This record gives sequence, structure tokens and C-alpha cells, in this order.
Amino acid sequence: MDWNVITRNFEFLCGGLGLTFQLAAISMVGGLLLGIILGLARLSSRKWIFVPATLYVNLFRSLPLLLVIFWFYFLAPLIIGRPLGDFLSVIIAFIAFEAAYFAEIVRGGIQSIPRGQLEAGYSLGLRYHRIMLHIVLPQALRNMIPPLVTQCVIIFQDTSLAYVIGLKEFLRRVSITDLREFRSVELYLFAALVYLAICSLGATLSSRLERRKSIHSERYGKAILPVEAPC
Amino acid sequence: MLEEGFPEQAIRESDCSVLNYTFDWSVLWREPYGELLLTGIFTTIHLSLLAWVLALVVGILVGVARVLPNHLTRLVGFSYVQLFRNIPLLLQLFIWYFVLPLLLPRPAQSWLYRNVPDLPYFMSVVGLGLYTASRVAEQVRAGLASCPSGLYEAASASGLSTFHVYRYVILPYALRIIIPPFTAEFLTCFKNSALAMTIGVMETTGASYQIDSLTYHGLETTTAASLVYIAITLSVVLFMSWVERRVWLHGMIGRRS
Repeated sequence: MDWNVITRNFEFLCGGLGLTFQLAAISMVGGLLLGIILGLARLSSRKWIFVPATLYVNLFRSLPLLLVIFWFYFLAPLIIGRPLGDFLSVIIAFIAFEAAYFAEIVRGGIQSIPRGQLEAGYSLGLRYHRIMLHIVLPQALRNMIPPLVTQCVIIFQDTSLAYVIGLKEFLRRVSITDLREFRSVELYLFAALVYLAICSLGATLSSRLERRKSIHSERYGKAILPVEAPC
Repeated sequence: MLEEGFPEQAIRESDCSVLNYTFDWSVLWREPYGELLLTGIFTTIHLSLLAWVLALVVGILVGVARVLPNHLTRLVGFSYVQLFRNIPLLLQLFIWYFVLPLLLPRPAQSWLYRNVPDLPYFMSVVGLGLYTASRVAEQVRAGLASCPSGLYEAASASGLSTFHVYRYVILPYALRIIIPPFTAEFLTCFKNSALAMTIGVMETTGASYQIDSLTYHGLETTTAASLVYIAITLSVVLFMSWVERRVWLHGMIGRRS
């Protein structure tokens, strides 16, 4: 065991961790935005919106992420005629892939809001997009927070797949260092420790939010329902 | 004039050759490649099935350990789930394949290299199985927690022993509740089996990548691999919804035809 290998290559490895965070952050934001649109589209009553969105979500949910990365990395250049570059193609693959999962979380969150809220909004004379924006989405987003945090932890782990196309994120740099130093045991265990620390933090946050939400809804949940009807 | 025009034309020609991709679908069944792809599909299937069996056994044990009224088993179950869920599967596979043999004492190490015929495959099954087990354990715990406590109380009030309460009342109910999340977990396991290519298992994704690097016909092979995954996912979903309908009980909220 020679743990000095980590201090020797600390800067190099940290650079990789920075790139991993960057990848994760961009995929989370992009995936969530596209996911909200897709999730709303999945609830649409218009067929020409509902059918393509459903197809998209089911298609991406039935493919391994690795294959999606290959699609964008090897095959997009053939279709658009020029190479996209490692970083851009991985980002596009992550956003396209994670959006499908975010869409299902968003749909579940919106469906957890009682229908009466929608009807109440309509009877107040609000339009559909107003009701969604001001009544349903704010509540649904609160319900969605724990699964969203869990999904963010998954995305953070998924960024390690950028390894396969040679993008120099954390895991790739660990393996490069390993090729140079022949210290597999220390390096890979160190990488596991880093991922474990960061992801447990996210998982703990998610379960704490979940618990707080359930306490909250136990206390205040019933208050929402019997609203005094203005006669 | 001629000298200036020449490189321009060369660029245009090379652009055209990129855009004019000629499809050759025969790489999917031509002599060595067809067999490679077919073996890959079978490898994906039995790799994910074996890993799933391991995941079920370990996952149910860990999941039950997490709800037992014993602090030690709960702690063990909790640590297992935290450890395996919070490390990326790719890194776990690397640890199983690259690191674990190095940590073993020398005789065990040489025994491993000599006697396990297909080490990457074996380690993929173990890695994927134990990773999926942590997810299965969470679903088992959620399933057991979703049983109303009245069910348990009523069963024990009618004089059943703890074993019989679980055997005849809780488990028949909990197992039915668990079917949809288990289907989802199996499909995740099946899709995650693609990662085995990184440690050298030639499953579907690995085979399609291999054929691409031999023939430069990635568009066809990746399409074929995608269709394979979609077809298997679809058939599993259809089969499981049929199973769900078969075991549906009156009074349960469930999907009806």
C-alpha cells in the first residue's frame, strides 16, 4: 500500500472531480428543464403532444445509458456531418437520457396533486397554463424534491460513464493515473471513497427531505382539503 | 488558379464522404459479425438473469434484515445499501475485476486466475448482482412497510405464529405489491449489464462496439443493439403485466386488463 500516490496526483484527480461536477450540474439543469416539458406533455390531452412525448420517454427508458452515449458520440457526427467533441456529445446524451427519467418524476409529482385543485382553478376562471404555473407546479415541485434529489445522486454516478469515450472526468483520470503508477488498489478504493462520501451526502439529504415532507403533510395536509366554499 | 482550387475540392469531397454514409446492413449477419452479435445478445440475457438471481437472494435477505427488530441486522442492512448504492456501478465493476484479485493472498489469486474460466463474466455477474441487490433491498423494505399494520395485528390476533403470519398473510400481499417495482429493477439490471463491456465481456453493446471498430458501420450496429434492448424490455413489460393480472386479488388496487 502506498497512499502517497494520491497526494502525488492530487491536483490531476481534483481537476477530474471538477469536470465531473460540471457534467453533473449541466445534465441536472438541462435534464430537469426538458423533463418538465416532457412530463407536462405526457399529461396533455392533445394526442399529437402526448404520443411523441410518451414514445420519447419510453424509448430512452428502455436503452442503456452507455448505448445512448455511443449514439451521440459516434453517430451524431455521421448525421450532422461534423464531430461534436467529447464534452458536448456527452452532455447532449446525458440531457436527452436523464430528461426521460425526470419526466416520469414530474408526471408523478403532478399526478399527486388532487384533481380538485385543477377544477377549483378552472372555476376561479384561470386558464390551464395559469393553474399549472401558479397552483399545481409549486405544490408538485415540493412533492418531487426527494425523488429529484435521488435522481441527481444517480446522475452524479452516471457521469462516470463518460469514461467510455475517454472524457477526462474523475474516473478516467483515476484510471489514467493507474496506468502510469500501477497502484490500482489505492487509486480505485480512493475513488470509491470519494463517490461514497458525495453520494451519501445526497442520499441523506433526500431521505431527510422525505421525512420532513411526510411530517409536514401529516400536520398540514388535511388543511388543504376542506376549503370553505364561497357560497 | 488550379493550385488554389484543388485543396478546396479535396475538402468538399471529404465532406461528401462523411455525409454520404453508405448503409451496409449485412454487417449484422455477415460471416464473423452475425455470430458475434448473436452471442452478445445471449450473453446479455444470461448475464442479467444470473445477476438478477443473485440480486434477489441477497436483496431479500438485506431488505428483511432492515425491518427486523434487531439493531445489529438493521445496521448491517443499512450499511450494505448505503455502500452499494452510493458508488457508481462502473467503479464497482472495476473494483471487482481489477482490485479484488490484488487484495487476495497470492495462492488464492493464482487459483482465481487459473480456475475461473471467464473472470470478466464472473466478476460482472457478482458486481451487477450485488449492486442490484441494494436496490432490491430498498424495494423489499418499501413493500413490507406498505403492508397496513392492521393486517399484521389481525393475523396475530387470530392466533397465527410469526412465521405463519408472514407465510400466509403478509408475504402473499407484499409480494404482489412488489411486482411492479421488481419489474423496473430487473429492467435496470438488464440495461446495466451493458457496463460489463468495460471489463471485457462481449455482451450486446460490447459486440456492437466491436463490430463498429472492425467495419466502421456503427450506425447499423448501434441501431440493431438498440432494437434488441427495446424488444427485450417490451417483452418483459408485457409478460410482467400479464403476471400481475393473473395474481391480482379482489380489493387490491391494480391494473385491470
